Amino acid sequence: MKIRRIVAIGRKETLQVLRDPRSLTIALLLPLMQMFMLGYGVNLDVKHIPLCVLDQEGNQRSQDLLKRFAASRYFDLYKVAASIAEVRHEIDGGACRIAIVVPAGFSRKLVDQGAATVQLLVDGTDSNTATIAAAYAGSVVAAYSGEVQLQAIQRRGGQIQTLTPVAVQARVWFNEDLESSYFIIPGVVALVMAIVGAQLTSLTIAREWERGTMELMVSTPVTPMELMLGKLSPYFVLGLVDAGICLALAVGWFEVPFHGTLPTLFFTTSLFLSVVLCIGYYVSVSIRSQVGASQVALILTMLPTTLLSGFSFPIDQMPALVQDITYLVSARYYVTILKAIFLKGATVSELAVPIFSLTAYAIVLVVLAARAFRKTLD
Amino acid sequence: MNAAPDSAVDVRAVSKRFGALAAVDQMSFSVRQGEIFGLVGPDGAGKTTSMRMLASVMRPDTGGILIDGVDVLADPELAKQHVSYMPQRFGLYEDLTVDENIRFYADLFEVPDKVWRERALRLLAASGMTPFGKRLAGQLSGGMKQKLGLTCALVHAPRVLLLDEPTTGVDPVSRREFWQILYALRAEGVSMVISTAYLDEAERCDRLALLHQGRIMYCDTPRKLKQGMPGAIILVTSAQPRPLLEVVQGIDGVEGVLLVGDGIHIHVDDAECRLPQLAQAIAASGQTAGGIRQIEPTVEDLFVALLERRQQTP
Ligand SMILES: Nc1ncnc2c1ncn2[C@@H]1O[C@H](COP(=O)(O)OP(=O)(O)OP(=O)(O)O)[C@@H](O)[C@H]1O
Ligand SMILES: [Mg+2]
Repeated sequence: MKIRRIVAIGRKETLQVLRDPRSLTIALLLPLMQMFMLGYGVNLDVKHIPLCVLDQEGNQRSQDLLKRFAASRYFDLYKVAASIAEVRHEIDGGACRIAIVVPAGFSRKLVDQGAATVQLLVDGTDSNTATIAAAYAGSVVAAYSGEVQLQAIQRRGGQIQTLTPVAVQARVWFNEDLESSYFIIPGVVALVMAIVGAQLTSLTIAREWERGTMELMVSTPVTPMELMLGKLSPYFVLGLVDAGICLALAVGWFEVPFHGTLPTLFFTTSLFLSVVLCIGYYVSVSIRSQVGASQVALILTMLPTTLLSGFSFPIDQMPALVQDITYLVSARYYVTILKAIFLKGATVSELAVPIFSLTAYAIVLVVLAARAFRKTLD
Repeated sequence: MNAAPDSAVDVRAVSKRFGALAAVDQMSFSVRQGEIFGLVGPDGAGKTTSMRMLASVMRPDTGGILIDGVDVLADPELAKQHVSYMPQRFGLYEDLTVDENIRFYADLFEVPDKVWRERALRLLAASGMTPFGKRLAGQLSGGMKQKLGLTCALVHAPRVLLLDEPTTGVDPVSRREFWQILYALRAEGVSMVISTAYLDEAERCDRLALLHQGRIMYCDTPRKLKQGMPGAIILVTSAQPRPLLEVVQGIDGVEGVLLVGDGIHIHVDDAECRLPQLAQAIAASGQTAGGIRQIEPTVEDLFVALLERRQQTP
């Protein structure tokens, strides 16, 4: 392997990237747009959630609480149910996304014990809406709770007591460990990086075949590994810039707390980037047309990352066979790593297992992608 | 495989099929050191396919190729070190400048910095390209593109040069410059295989192979090929040669007619007896003709004659 050839190919590729302002703009704007699109796609401000209420108590206090729900701009009262079976029907049928059940004895408990429970049922199929709906419901109850507390304090002659008279006991159906948007944005970063990374390299070989420059290239003594390393180097830099954009948006715009260290983030991101760049390169080598390569690269990164990385569907709730398949999805490791770095401040040693998996993945792909290139026109 | 000691390229019974089509069929020839060898044939004759196999970017189905003593099939990467290939389709980067393209190929062949810079200056000067070093390759004229291609191909001083239709679409002045460079290379001992569809250009080669439907029909020096041609060629000059075609076709002893720039070439079995007959027929037809005389056959005449004969005796 000759460094001079790798550098020559890297320089040539860099010049070509820099002289193609359109592709360069796309390479830098694509992650920005996708972060917003996908970030908001999973993190929309939810309003007018169809609500179902069941008042098993049926008195002044319970009506008071339920009215607050109906008055909230977050909820639209869709159905006043008469039984829990009816509630179930509404939620299962998808007519209502959230139901609130005020149990019998609510007022008495509130008066006697100073605390009472209402039940909140949330349709968790869309975990994002569910999170938000549950949070809104919580805040409505909290507001009510605060007033009840205030009244109690006033009745007792101004003594301040810290009581939380009504507690929400949220139970989410279908998606028991409901994830917050904090958990979802790191997944979005992984998804955007996977898509953009593979797109960057998916054209690089196909373009040379289409323009007729590859015939001359393969007639030189350049080796497939030199060609690949040279070609990937400028896209690696570009990919890191893209990663910077995504991660900056995650922290700066979507306000995901960042508890980790930058070196850990840089190291793991470089690893994942190598993997996705190799996927794109592999596709580019295998499919000699630019349009075809770009589409295959998109499908090959987007589908598994969306479905099997654990970012939108929790892996431990998948069938066993599908769970096994997720080990083949590189984004799975990166999603795990990102969540751990962002939310728990995990270090490299704590992340040894996913980092090792990702490294093995990268090495296998580098070898496969380099070998997939044949220096022949046949 | 054993090569003749002085042969730079040795092709032995090479065949290449694309499905049912035999693009190259049992091709054999050898090129001596410092020789310009021409592969001449019409479109689809198999020139590019042959060149690709010589450049080891395509594998023959059967047969063997030695380049500079290296078995191309056994060690293609070693062979590539000594060979430069200029594909038919412009293979350089149009979004890189002339200088950047040259540097790229110098780097790929690991030519020492001082050596290639000096060589590039000389080559660019020889082809009148010195002022265009900073110009993007995509903005060069057709002729300049080809000269840049040649410069890039020569920057690592190959022992064997493979040129696939290098002068197609190149103006006559550039073409002459191009050939001057090739002759200078020949003087340095570089061996060349050059394909062309231009028969006038083929005459500049030291030896020729006439290629038709993937097969070599004849292989010899241009002079020997011409001497070996049966019959003779009669030139009729005319400002409007086209109507003359009909006049002479079908006359006894006329085996073929070829339209050229300034008249027609008539291939006859015997010049002495046919020349007066033809002159008479043309005069009788009322067409204007400048002059009529016997000439040395060109390779083009030869090719047409050979193809005619092949069609007559399948
Ligand atoms: N990759 C390929 N796949 C299928 N057929 C091919 C391929 N390359 C060439 N051919 C066919 O093989 C024959 C010889 O082609 P080749 O390109 O070698 O001819 P050529 O002499 O270079 O012609 P031209 O003057 O048009 O360049 C043609 O009929 C062509 O269609
Ligand atoms: Mg050709």
